Amino acid sequence: MNNQLKSKMISECEIENLELVYEKPKTLTEIPMHYCPGCGHGVINKVLMEVIDEMNIQDKIVGAAPVGCAVFEYRYMDIDMIESPHGRASAVATGVKRVNPDLYVFSYQGDGDLAAIGTSETIHTVNRGENILMLFINNAIYGMTGGQMAPTTLIGQKTSTSPFGRTVKNSGFPINMTDLISKLDGAYFVTRQAVHKPNGVRKLKKAIQKSFEYQKENKGTCFIEVISNCPAGWGMTPIKSNEWLEENLIPMYPLGDIKVPIKD
Amino acid sequence: MNMSYDKNVRLMKGNEALAEAAIRAEIDGYFGYPITPQSEILEYLSKNFNEEDGVVLQAESEIAAINMVFGAAGSGKRVMTSTSSPGMSLMLEGISYIAAAQLPCLLVNVSRGGPGLGTIQPSQADYFQSTKGGGHGDYRLIVLAPNSVQEMADFVFDAIYLAEKYRNPALILSDGTLGQMMEKVRLPEKGSLPKFIPHWAAKGKTKNKERNIIITSAVDPTVMENLNIELQQKYALLQSEVRYELNQIEDAEILIVAFGLSARICSKVQEIAKEKCISVGLLRPITLYPFPTDAIAKLSQKVQAILVVELNAGQMVEDVKLAVNGKCPVHFYGRMGGEVPTPKEIYIELKKITDEQSIEK
Repeated sequence: MNNQLKSKMISECEIENLELVYEKPKTLTEIPMHYCPGCGHGVINKVLMEVIDEMNIQDKIVGAAPVGCAVFEYRYMDIDMIESPHGRASAVATGVKRVNPDLYVFSYQGDGDLAAIGTSETIHTVNRGENILMLFINNAIYGMTGGQMAPTTLIGQKTSTSPFGRTVKNSGFPINMTDLISKLDGAYFVTRQAVHKPNGVRKLKKAIQKSFEYQKENKGTCFIEVISNCPAGWGMTPIKSNEWLEENLIPMYPLGDIKVPIKD
Repeated sequence: MNMSYDKNVRLMKGNEALAEAAIRAEIDGYFGYPITPQSEILEYLSKNFNEEDGVVLQAESEIAAINMVFGAAGSGKRVMTSTSSPGMSLMLEGISYIAAAQLPCLLVNVSRGGPGLGTIQPSQADYFQSTKGGGHGDYRLIVLAPNSVQEMADFVFDAIYLAEKYRNPALILSDGTLGQMMEKVRLPEKGSLPKFIPHWAAKGKTKNKERNIIITSAVDPTVMENLNIELQQKYALLQSEVRYELNQIEDAEILIVAFGLSARICSKVQEIAKEKCISVGLLRPITLYPFPTDAIAKLSQKVQAILVVELNAGQMVEDVKLAVNGKCPVHFYGRMGGEVPTPKEIYIELKKITDEQSIEK
C-alpha cells in the first residue's frame, strides 16, 4: 500500500469517526510485494512481521533470506537481513547466531532451497540444535525459475521439467523433510501449517510466536513447514490452487505439530 | 645463569602459529572443516580458543563453513575460515557472495597439489584461483603469500587489517610445507588490532537507524553495474597496498621472481649462483593481489633476463610477462603435483639462461 492510499484511508476513518480495527504490521514496509496474485508468501511475510511487532523485537532480530521467490523479502521486512546463497540460509543464520547469541535469528527458505540444494545444511543445522527458527515454505515447485520439479513435487504432478507428471522411476519420491528432521535430537519444536485458510494463518502466527519464545530460552531448533500454493507455477487460479493444495498436498504433508516440547 | 623466557617466542608449526595469531588478533569466530595439510588450525583453535572469546565451529562441509563466515561477517564480527585446495574450490561460491557484499573476513588456503583430490604435498597451483577472483563474477581477494612460519603468524594481522580497511575478504595463500614445518616464531601481541563497530552490519534494526541489508543481487543491470564499478574503484585503491621484497638486485644480471615457498628456495639459489660469480636478484611478491607490476616493469629494464619459479605449471609467470611487456626475456621453471625443486635443480635452469645470454652476446 502506498503512503498516499494509506493516509487517504486513515483520513476517511477520521472523517467518518470510525474506529481503526486493523492495520498492517509496522515492520512490514510500504513497498508493493512482487509475489504473484494469490501466493502464500505475502501472508507468511506479514504474519512473521506481526509477531515481530507484537514481541517488540525489531531491534534484535536478523533474518536470512533464501534464493527463490522470497529472495526479495528483505524489501518488505523492515528488519536487518542477509540474502543467502541458494540453499545456505540455515548456515548463514547459524553464523549470525553463533557470534550474536542474544539476537533472534530466523531463516526462510522454499522447498528447492531447503530440501534439495540445501539438504546438508538443513540437516546439520537442526542436528546441532542451532537456536534459530527455520521457516520452510513448501509449494512443491520451483516458483522463481518458472515452475520446475521440486524435491517435494508429488508423484504425477506436472511441472516444466516433469511435463508428463513426476515418476518414481526417474525422480524418486517426494521428500518429507519435516518428518525427517523431526527425528533429529537437535529439533525442539517441529510443526507443519498452511495459510490458505484464516484459522491456518492464526495457527502459523502462534507457532512463530512460540518458536521465538523457545529461542529466547536456547531450547534448540524450531522448524516450521508452511504448505503453500503457487498459482502461477501450477497454472491455476488462486482459488483453484487452494483447492488443489487441500486435496493433494495436505494428504501427502498432513498439518499439525510433529514434535512438541515434553513438559517437565 | 639467568635464562629469561619470552612467552611470545615459540617453536611452532606454521598452522599452529597462524591459529595462535588468530586468537591474538581477537577473532570472534572460526568456522572450518578438516582437510590436510591444514587441520592443525581447526585443532589448535578447538583446544586453545576460550569459549568466552568466541566460537570455534566444525561445520559439516566447506560450503557450510564459508556461509557461516558470510553470516557472521555480515553481522559485523571478525571471523575467519581455513582450508586446503579442494576445500577452497567448494568455498568459492560463498566467497563470491562475501566479496560482492563487501564484507571483511580472513580466508586461509594451505594449498596442496592438484587438480582433483591431488596430493597433500605443497603446491602453488591455486595462484590463478586466488588472484583472479576464483568464483563467479568480477571480484578480487586481497592475497598475501607468506614464506615462513613467522609470516604465517604476522599475515593474520596484516590480512585482517586490510580486509577491514577495504571491506573485502583477504586470503593468506600458504602451502603444505609452510603449514607443516616448524620454526621459531615471535607471536604478535594481543590488542594491536582495534575492533570497530561497523555501521553497515546486520545485527538488529535499532531505533532511528536505517535497516541494514546484506544483499548481492539486483534485478536492474544498471544497479548491478554500479556495484561492479564500486568494486573496481575499490580494487584500484587497493593497488597502493602492494608489498614485495627485493634481495640483491643491485647489479643483478638475472632476476628471479618467486613467491612463498618458491622464494624461500630461490634465496638458496642466489647463494649458489654467487659462488659461481653469477649475480642473481630476487623479487618476492608478498601481496599477490595487488601484484607488484610496476616494480617488475622497472627491474625488467635493468636485468638481462627474468626467471619465474613456481610450484605449478606457470601461473604467476603470466602476470610477470604482462609487467615486463617484452622488455626482457622471461623464463619459467616449475614443478607440479606436490613436487618441490631443490636449489641445485633451479640453479641448473638458471645456468642455461646465462649460457644462452652469453652466446647471444
